[in-house]
Amino acid sequence: MSINRGRVRWHCRRALLELDIVFERFLARDFDRLGDDQLADLVDLLQLEDYDLWAMVNGSKPCEVERWKGLVALLRQA
Amino acid sequence: MKTAVLTKVFPTRSHTVAAQGGVAASLGNSTEDNWHWHMYDTVKGSDWLGDQDAIEFMCKKANEVVVELEHYGMPFDRTDDGKIYQRPFGGHSMNYGQAPVMRSCAAADRTGHAMLHALYQRNVRANTQFFVEWMALDLIRDADGDVLGVTAMEMETGEVSIFHAKATIFATGGAGRIYFSSTNAFINTGDGVGMAARAGVPLEDMEFWQFHPTGVAGAGVLITEGVRGEGGILRNSAGERFMERYAPNLKDLASRDVVSRAMTTEINEGRGCGPDKDHVLLDITHLAPENIMKRLPGIREISIQFAGIDPIKAPIPVVPTCHYQMGGIPTNYKGQVVVPQGENNNAPVRGFYAAGECACASVHGANRLGTNSLLDLLVFGKSAGETVVEDFERGDLSLKPLPEDAADASLARLARLENQKNGESVHEVRLAMQRTMQKHAGVFRFNTLLKEGVDAILAVAERAKNTEIADKSQVWNTARMEALELDNLIEVAKATMISAEARKESRGAHVRDDALDNAETPNGRDDANWLKHTLWYSEDNRLAYKPVNLKPMSDDVEPIALAKRTY
Repeated sequence: MSINRGRVRWHCRRALLELDIVFERFLARDFDRLGDDQLADLVDLLQLEDYDLWAMVNGSKPCEVERWKGLVALLRQA
Repeated sequence: MKTAVLTKVFPTRSHTVAAQGGVAASLGNSTEDNWHWHMYDTVKGSDWLGDQDAIEFMCKKANEVVVELEHYGMPFDRTDDGKIYQRPFGGHSMNYGQAPVMRSCAAADRTGHAMLHALYQRNVRANTQFFVEWMALDLIRDADGDVLGVTAMEMETGEVSIFHAKATIFATGGAGRIYFSSTNAFINTGDGVGMAARAGVPLEDMEFWQFHPTGVAGAGVLITEGVRGEGGILRNSAGERFMERYAPNLKDLASRDVVSRAMTTEINEGRGCGPDKDHVLLDITHLAPENIMKRLPGIREISIQFAGIDPIKAPIPVVPTCHYQMGGIPTNYKGQVVVPQGENNNAPVRGFYAAGECACASVHGANRLGTNSLLDLLVFGKSAGETVVEDFERGDLSLKPLPEDAADASLARLARLENQKNGESVHEVRLAMQRTMQKHAGVFRFNTLLKEGVDAILAVAERAKNTEIADKSQVWNTARMEALELDNLIEVAKATMISAEARKESRGAHVRDDALDNAETPNGRDDANWLKHTLWYSEDNRLAYKPVNLKPMSDDVEPIALAKRTY
């Protein structure tokens, strides 16, 4: 089943402002270029709790899931 | 009784996650404490605008709700002997202001997050039915004014449904996104507050917003006070350390409100920085880089990420930033929404309840104490639930027939959005609203700016009636969601500006430059004329007022007498 991009976009709304701002930039710059596999990885990444995701994005905690590393790098650049 | 929870995001992704400080309760585990002292601190913190019956109720109930939460599995920090560990927090004292007290119960720096999870699990246990990613649109009221539920849109399909209910409880949070600079997450669009206003419920004390002095300009992300504690200096466009003029002794370490007002004065007098002269700079370039890396690593990361500035090399652009909404939907200590009706200023609206930041009980009055917001939502959330059960068992609540036009207002809003041609961009109108609020109703308020602000925000509100979205799809249409959220934000913005312009005194977070500090009006507070709650009505932007309840709930509890608020 294909993933609805609007749904993923909504799931980028988070509980922490820090993440909202990072995702706002990511959505404007990178989101439309994601392939289906990357989109599926993003759906998984977005299941993380906000503090764990923020720690990964700000670099205070390493990303240990290989297939997320590219996305986390994009978020860190956002 | 069946319970449905409608939520536009997954329940554990609400902004309560961001609450780190803890929840206040006079458990007395770490220092001697009792609820009378907590009540005194809260009344004083509110600058006497809080209702003393609701404050007594909240402070008395605090221990019960915290222990209950512990029994639900909330992982509070512990003392060596296994009790809930408590830490001190600003504004909380022992023995009526004599010394700091340890009253805040925390789960590391994730108190709100842990609380949401504990309560979500209890709901799963109780078989609460969650409608996740549903956007509530409008309150349904009948000819008697009773609330019969809400209309809501399922985001996955775009379909609108009626949730026909015997009781409706709002726990919809604040609307901090009305300001350009806000610490609030993007979801904080005051949806419940806007819905209540459109349905004819007045909004209470909306002029009172708490600001934090150092949010990153343009982003809002907080830079902790610890940066100034480490030697950070605030500078204006001339590079001047301007706090020396405002607070010669404490300088950059003066209290939050003093620093925020000084920053705003610098900006308003043309000494702000950047192309728009709309912020000041927080300078730590004189500190040793190794100390910055060691002591402030998170701040360096935030500065690089959100200001594009490495604070080792250049100062951080900062601005006073909106943090918390003290006003909201008027409620009593039972969580019932109350409105003026005839001689009664606080007549319950049958079937309607509210708790947390969207509600105004009023316990925070003109200024909230840290850790009292989580306590507010625990105590009044529980109280609202218990009142629903009581009202139901007493036979006060029934499934009244829906009016024929129950969904008309919502469908009309959606149809307008669908058919709008040559309309306004949602993004542009929201930005205009945020800039207007920031400039005209910020942390320090000026008569002329407020008067101009009323006209300006009403003009923005007219533009908001003509928003247009390019994407008309039904399924997961986030552009439509943002347009609907703007409808809610704009109600809150109007309420704030109009209420603030009218209140001709300084009290708590509402500080006017023309309110004189003298014996009759200490700190600019004018009890003779303004010791009263504001009520704003959306239908015609009119204001009404009702008295503050200065009488505690219990006959044997002494009222906290009016006094000048000093720390």
